[in-house]
Amino acid sequence: MKHILVALVENEPGVLNRVASLFRRRNFNIDSLTVGRTENPNVSRMTIVLDSNVTRADQVKKNLYKLVNVIQVEEVTEKPHISRDLALIKVKASAEAAWAASRYGARIVDHSDGVMIIDISDDEARIEGLVEALRPLGIIELVRTGVVAMGQGAHVLQPDPAYA
Amino acid sequence: MLLTGAEIIWECLIREGVEIVWGYPGGAILPTYDALSKYEGRIRHVLVRHEQGATHMADGYARATGKVGVAMATSGPGATNMVTGIATAMMDSSPIVCITGQVPTSVIGSDAFQETDVTGVTLPITKHNFLVMRIEDLVPTLRKAFFIARTGRPGPVLVDIPKDVQNKKIEFEWPTEPIRLPGYRPPKQATQDQIERALELIKAAKNPLILAGHGVNMSGAERALQEFAERTQTPVALTLLGKGAMPENHPLCLGMMGMHGAAAVNMAIQEADLLLAFGMRFDDRVTGNLKTYSPNSRKIHIDIDASEINKNVRVDVGIAGDLRTVLDQLNPHVPTLEHKAWLNHIRDWQEDTDQRDIINQVTDSGKLYAAHAIRDLWAATKGDAIVVTDVGQHQMWTAQYYLHERPRTLITSGGLGTMGFGFPAAIGAKMGRPNESVWAIVGDGGFQMTLMELATAAQENVNVNVAIINNAYLGMVRQWQEFFHEERYNATPMLSPDFVKLAEAYGIAARRVTKREEIAEAVAWAESINGPTVLEFVVEKADIVYPMVPAGADLDKMIRRPMPDWSENH
Repeated sequence: MKHILVALVENEPGVLNRVASLFRRRNFNIDSLTVGRTENPNVSRMTIVLDSNVTRADQVKKNLYKLVNVIQVEEVTEKPHISRDLALIKVKASAEAAWAASRYGARIVDHSDGVMIIDISDDEARIEGLVEALRPLGIIELVRTGVVAMGQGAHVLQPDPAYA
Repeated sequence: MLLTGAEIIWECLIREGVEIVWGYPGGAILPTYDALSKYEGRIRHVLVRHEQGATHMADGYARATGKVGVAMATSGPGATNMVTGIATAMMDSSPIVCITGQVPTSVIGSDAFQETDVTGVTLPITKHNFLVMRIEDLVPTLRKAFFIARTGRPGPVLVDIPKDVQNKKIEFEWPTEPIRLPGYRPPKQATQDQIERALELIKAAKNPLILAGHGVNMSGAERALQEFAERTQTPVALTLLGKGAMPENHPLCLGMMGMHGAAAVNMAIQEADLLLAFGMRFDDRVTGNLKTYSPNSRKIHIDIDASEINKNVRVDVGIAGDLRTVLDQLNPHVPTLEHKAWLNHIRDWQEDTDQRDIINQVTDSGKLYAAHAIRDLWAATKGDAIVVTDVGQHQMWTAQYYLHERPRTLITSGGLGTMGFGFPAAIGAKMGRPNESVWAIVGDGGFQMTLMELATAAQENVNVNVAIINNAYLGMVRQWQEFFHEERYNATPMLSPDFVKLAEAYGIAARRVTKREEIAEAVAWAESINGPTVLEFVVEKADIVYPMVPAGADLDKMIRRPMPDWSENH
C-alpha cells in the first residue's frame, strides 16, 4: 500500500542528496519525493510517497531519523490529511478534452498552436482519473510535481521547539 | 585571539582531547601542517605511509581506548585513499574523525588539481560529513563532528576543509553554548512498558540465550550483562565483535556464534525459546538462513540504533536505547532464575564440539597448525594481550582460540571484513594503550596490503608485535574454493617475500617459527624487545576453519571437523 511520509529537514546544502542516497543504498523504492520551503526559513519539508508494506515504511522512517539533518518524520497516511499533486497535461485541443478537464475541475491555462495545457491540482487518484480520461484523446506531454501532504485540523507538524 | 583556520583546527582538536593525529600532508592540507609547529608538545602527529593506514590506526586507537581517533589527509587522492578505512569504521561503529584538505572555495567544482568531491564520495560511508565553506563555521563544525562521532551509535565523521578556509583568520573563541543539532537525538532509555514486556518474556523462558554484541563493549555494559546473566542463569553467546563482553572463562559464556562459531552455540540459538539480543545486529554471518533462524524463540532486541530493530529478524520486544542504561533499568526487576536442564543440554553439545576440536587433537607429526600457533600465543601472552587481527582464516582461528577476558582486547574488522586492517589498527591500538601488550595477528595476504606501515612503526618505535600466520594461500578464499568450487584454487596460491628479511630491511627485529615447540620462546623474545617485532609462523597450507555454516545455510547445518580416528594415532 501507499505510505506518505512527511520529513522536516534542516535547510542546508546537500540534504536532498543525503535523503536520495539513503533510498538508493537501502534499496527503498519511492513513488515520489518533493521538497520545498516551509513557514520556518531554517526548515525544509519533504513529502515521500512509498509503495511498500508497513515494516518497510517503518524502516524508511527510522533510517531517515538516522540522517543528522532530518529533524522530524511523520507518517500521515493513517491520519486525516490533505494530499495534493499538481499535473500539467498537454493535449491536442478538442472539445472532449476541455469537457474532461472541466469534469475534474481542472483549468485550461494555455490554448495555442492547436494544443491545450490542462492544469490540475488534486489528490493522486483524481489526477490519475483525469489522465486516464485524456489518454484516448492523445496526451502529448505530461508533468507531475509529486505529492505534498498535510495533516488536517489541529494536528501540526513542526520541529520540537526544544531542538529547533 | 585572531587565528588562522589551520590554527583553529589544532586548537579544536586539543580541546576535544585529541592526543594523536595520524596523517599524510599534501597541497590542500599544507597550511594545517604548517601550523603544527605552533602546537608541538601539545599534540602528536604520526606520519603514515598511506592514508588508508591513517584511518585504520585512528580506528584501532578508537576501539582500544573508546576515544575518538583522528586521521588527516590532503584533498583528492589523499582523501580517496581513506575510503576503505572510513567504510570499515562505519560498518563496525567506530568513532573516528577524518579531516581532509580541499581545493580553495573559489575553484570548487572546476576539476582543479587534486579536487575530488569527498563529501559526495563518503556520504554513504560516514555517519555524517561536512564541507566547511566559511571560516565562521569551522569551530561549530568540528565540535559537531566529534560529538556525532562519539555519541549514539558511534561512527566516522569526515570534515572537508578548503585551503582558503585554513588560511583565513578569525577571532577564535571556544564556545560554551550547547551544540545545535536539531535532528540528532540518539535514543537513551527504555519505556516502562518495554521493560515490563521484556520481563514477562524473561520470566516465561525455559531455554533463554543472550546474544552479546559490540554494543556491550561500546556502551560499557559488561558488568550489567554479567549481573543479568548470573541472576537469570542465562548462557551468553558472543558475536565476533562482542568478544570481551563476557570473560570467556566464565561458566555461562559459550563463546562465538555464527558462520565459524562453536557448533554448540549455533545449536543453542536454534533450540532457544528466548533470544536476548544485546547490542548486536543479526548480521548474515551470525544468522545464516533468516527463514530458519531460531524458529521457536521469542526475541528481545536492545540496540542503540532503532533502524536495526526488525531489520533482519522480527522481534517481540524491540528497545532502541543505550544498552547499559537499559540493562540498568532492567536488572533491578530481574528475578533469580534457574535453567539447569537447558545448561546441561548445551554442555552435551559442547562435549561433542570439544572432541572434534583440533586443539584437543595431539599432533606429534611436527606439523605446525595455525590453530595451535594462536592457542600457544594465547598461552604465552597469558591471554592478556590486546589482539588485533586482519581478515580471513587467521581471524576466525583467533576468535576461536585466543580467549578474551576483558572488553576492548579483540580488535577486528567484522562488518566490512577489510584485509589490510590488522597491522595499522594494531599500531593505533598500541599508541592508545601503550602499557598493554599488543599483538597483530595477520595473514600473509592481508599483511601485504598495508605492510608499508612497518616504516611508520619503525619511525615512531611503536612497540607492537606482528604474528604472520603464513600458509602461502589466501586461505579463507581457498577454503571456499575447496568446499564450494570443486577445489579450483584460482588466484589463491600466494608467493610472499621473505618476511624476516623484509622486516629487517625496515630495521625491525624478526624471526621465523616453524615448530610448535619454538612458539613460547619466540613470543617471549618478541615481548622483550622495545620496539616493533615480526614473527612469521609458517603453518600448514591446506587447513580449514571448522565448523562452517555455508553462506545462507541453516545455522545448525554446519560443516564439522571430522571426528578424530583415535585408533590410528593412539
